[in-house]
Amino acid sequence: MNEPLLSVRNLTVDFATRRGTVHVLDDVSFDVGAGEIVGIIGESGSGKSVTAYSIMGILDHAARICSGEIMFEGRDVLKMHRRERDGWRGREASIIFQNPRTALNPIRAVGDQIADVIARHTPAPAAEIRERTIASLRQVRIPDPERRLRAYPFELSGGLCQRIGIAMALACKPKLLIADEPTTGLDVTTQAVIMDLIQGLVREKGISVALITHDIALASEYCDRLIIMHAGHVVEVAPTAEIIANPRHPYTEKLLRSVPSLVDSIDELQAIDGSLPDLRRRDLPPCRFAERCSRRLAECDAGRLTLELALAAPQPCTLRKGTGPLSTPHLIACKNPL
Amino acid sequence: MSRIGIRLLSTIPTLFGVILVTFLLTRVLPGDPAVFFASNPSMTQADIEAVRTSLGLDRPLIVQFWLYLKALLHGDLGNSLSTGQKVTTEFANRLPASAELTIFAFVIATAVALPLGVIAALRRGSFIDHLSRLIATLGVSMPTFVTGLLLIFFFYFLIGWAPEPIGRLDPFMFEPERVTGLYTVDALLAGDLELFWAALKQMVLPAVTMALFALAPLTRMARASMLETLGSEFIRTARAAGLSRRKIIVTYAFRNAMLPVVTTMGMTFSYMLGANVLVERVFSWPGVGAFAIDSIINLDYAPLQGFMLVMAGIFILVNLTTDILITLIDPRSSL
Amino acid sequence: MSSAIKERFESIRYTVASNPLNLLAFGLFTLIVLVAVFAPSLVPHDPLKTNSQFALQGPSATFWFGTDQLGRDIFSRVMVATRLDLLIAFGAVILSCVVGSLIGAMIGYWGGFWDGAVSRMVDVLMAFPLFVLAMAMVAALGNTVANVVYATAVVNLPFYIRLARSEMRVRRGLGYVEAARVGGSGDWRILTRFLLPNMAAPLVIQASVNLGWAVLNAAGLSFLGLGVRPPTPEWGIMVADGARYIASGQWWIAAFPGLALMLTVFVFNLMGDALRDILDPRMRT
Repeated sequence: MNEPLLSVRNLTVDFATRRGTVHVLDDVSFDVGAGEIVGIIGESGSGKSVTAYSIMGILDHAARICSGEIMFEGRDVLKMHRRERDGWRGREASIIFQNPRTALNPIRAVGDQIADVIARHTPAPAAEIRERTIASLRQVRIPDPERRLRAYPFELSGGLCQRIGIAMALACKPKLLIADEPTTGLDVTTQAVIMDLIQGLVREKGISVALITHDIALASEYCDRLIIMHAGHVVEVAPTAEIIANPRHPYTEKLLRSVPSLVDSIDELQAIDGSLPDLRRRDLPPCRFAERCSRRLAECDAGRLTLELALAAPQPCTLRKGTGPLSTPHLIACKNPL
Repeated sequence: MSRIGIRLLSTIPTLFGVILVTFLLTRVLPGDPAVFFASNPSMTQADIEAVRTSLGLDRPLIVQFWLYLKALLHGDLGNSLSTGQKVTTEFANRLPASAELTIFAFVIATAVALPLGVIAALRRGSFIDHLSRLIATLGVSMPTFVTGLLLIFFFYFLIGWAPEPIGRLDPFMFEPERVTGLYTVDALLAGDLELFWAALKQMVLPAVTMALFALAPLTRMARASMLETLGSEFIRTARAAGLSRRKIIVTYAFRNAMLPVVTTMGMTFSYMLGANVLVERVFSWPGVGAFAIDSIINLDYAPLQGFMLVMAGIFILVNLTTDILITLIDPRSSL
Repeated sequence: MSSAIKERFESIRYTVASNPLNLLAFGLFTLIVLVAVFAPSLVPHDPLKTNSQFALQGPSATFWFGTDQLGRDIFSRVMVATRLDLLIAFGAVILSCVVGSLIGAMIGYWGGFWDGAVSRMVDVLMAFPLFVLAMAMVAALGNTVANVVYATAVVNLPFYIRLARSEMRVRRGLGYVEAARVGGSGDWRILTRFLLPNMAAPLVIQASVNLGWAVLNAAGLSFLGLGVRPPTPEWGIMVADGARYIASGQWWIAAFPGLALMLTVFVFNLMGDALRDILDPRMRT
């Protein structure tokens, strides 16, 4: 694999709560290549958003990054000084959120909010900032941008608010965009429009994307590669086509079986048994899926579990046009894979 | 502008209710106001009847109310029986005294409470945070009349920093020429610094007493509101966009956090109008509150009526100001 | 069911243990109530007995809190006054809580003309500074302790009416109410069996927060000479007595009843916060 844009290595995050420490992320590692759209998939509580917030440095006060590295273009962002990191986020990497309306300041005109970001990272005369704000709105295809500048979030639809969020995130031409459930709060027709917009923009500009979603069907449509997370572990990583056709981890397999559009007949549709283990427990098994797994072996409960190259790895596949070749191995964390 | 007009019109029913309640309350005051004159031995029963008639007290209640309303529309609040002055004249003399004290106290309270609450929210668990919580709980527990007395004991009797608590000005000093009625402002306008200091010194203790009372709800709200805003999603967005800490705190968090604080400020100001009565009593402050107490004791209903009306009027005005301020800050709200 | 009770108990224990102030609040509250109940039979001196020989004496071994201008023992008076001040406060709060929530619940449930009319009346009441209104009411109704209770209760009514009304409006449309209606329960039964019990928590919180304010309000009125009359021992009056002597240095006459008042209100407020922690975990700060 050539040098990835973002490399998360052994990231471990705890949350201190009133009722004990929650081990939210445990030894999470993955890469995002330049120009690549990667999906981070998991049910709620699997730690995908925490991963995103760790990268952006916007974790809650209760969270503590215990160990790990987040390498961006060869530098560990966790080791950056506060000011340096403030300059980094928003310019090099940015994020869009799930609830576009509440993610925007309700009492500040949306144009001002975008202008704040532009002025922060690339100071310029007011007129120029205004021009660039309008350009950023135009880029996300907001009609009549000069007028929309003065609108407040409550005057705009959810879809429009998300476009504002995208405009804000892309205003300073970042190299990485994290999209945290960007369409979950929108209605179905708007979802596709927003996803197409994001896909079009990032392909055009060569921006890498980490798409965080619980919706594996959506991810499989837009992503080059998928990272499957379960209870704070990365359990499987592979190119989209490969993972859909040939899931190796039992959890991935069940996840795919639970999506109507990905199964061949209604009879194959299944729910996933059990629920996420309580992450406060001290006696969590090495494989956090073990207690829900029908393929559990005695050795599943012994020794460390690491993300390893799946045996009989598939041929390196060529990514979609414009992103360049990247060798993409199929990784799984399972002692008894399918 | 027209929306403000409509908002003003909407207070008319409330205002009418206020007038009605005030009227009814003062008419059931025990004792016949006309009897007040009966204490004068030279008055005969006929004289008392004449007073009753002149005050309209022999007419049915509804007629009395009508007469009262008519007089009110002409700006006539009646006469004080005990001082013989027109109630409006009394108020013109006394309202500035109360206003000066209340506003000064309000400014002190706000100037301390907002930074305290905001810093407490920004540094959760720090010394400042604990201090703000202590003030918030202790402050609401302190009766103004007790704090006032304790302050007098310490700062006048023990250390002697404060002047004797006998009103707005040392009796040996002359009032400044009346422009606004606020002594400190008038003294400055007259260019008399000595007088300004003297008036300010008289005001410090009563103002601090009232400010201590107002500090608690303001600090509590400022802290809670700032905490809630800092935890909201748009602050997360602003942080993720790399905006500077200063920008996030001032432009994004503080302005949003101010919305409930402004409402609390309005409420606190009206509480202070009530507390005024006690503080003026403790410090012999010649304001409207002290006047109202005297009229209650003397069964002098016209000034009491006037006092309640003026207080309710100010109250409505304060609420209106609060609403307007919120509309200015928050584009979502409309009057 | 028993596990639910256990969990509830666990949560109370957690709240009390997690904040030692809560424990202190409950302890002091018990103490104050005990004083209110037993003080008259415990105090060292007759709170009403004047003795000009001992007038205006500072705190000493005989007179722990000193004596007032008539030579009465301030310690005894402060203790004995607890009962009256607490009775006024509890009376007023219970009265306004019960009446206010009933009115609020009914107008919230049925809506219509009475809803509008009562809401306008509440607006009018709210347009007066509370203390000023209470003052005027005591003056109008007559200078008695009962009238202090009524006045304090009336100026507090709006808060309960508004709270109960809005709680009711939120709840009346909820599923379990619909279910009860479909199940054939009448309005009154739904109101008293299903809705009012569910509104208890916010109302109790409001009442406990209100208690401290009611004590302050009553003491403030008697400080001004409204309501309680001398020589009855009452904190507000005692502070008013002492006010005349404070500028000449006889601090104890006003200070001790003042501190008793402060402590009581402080404890009530702490307890209000603690109760809120227990009953409504969402509102924790």
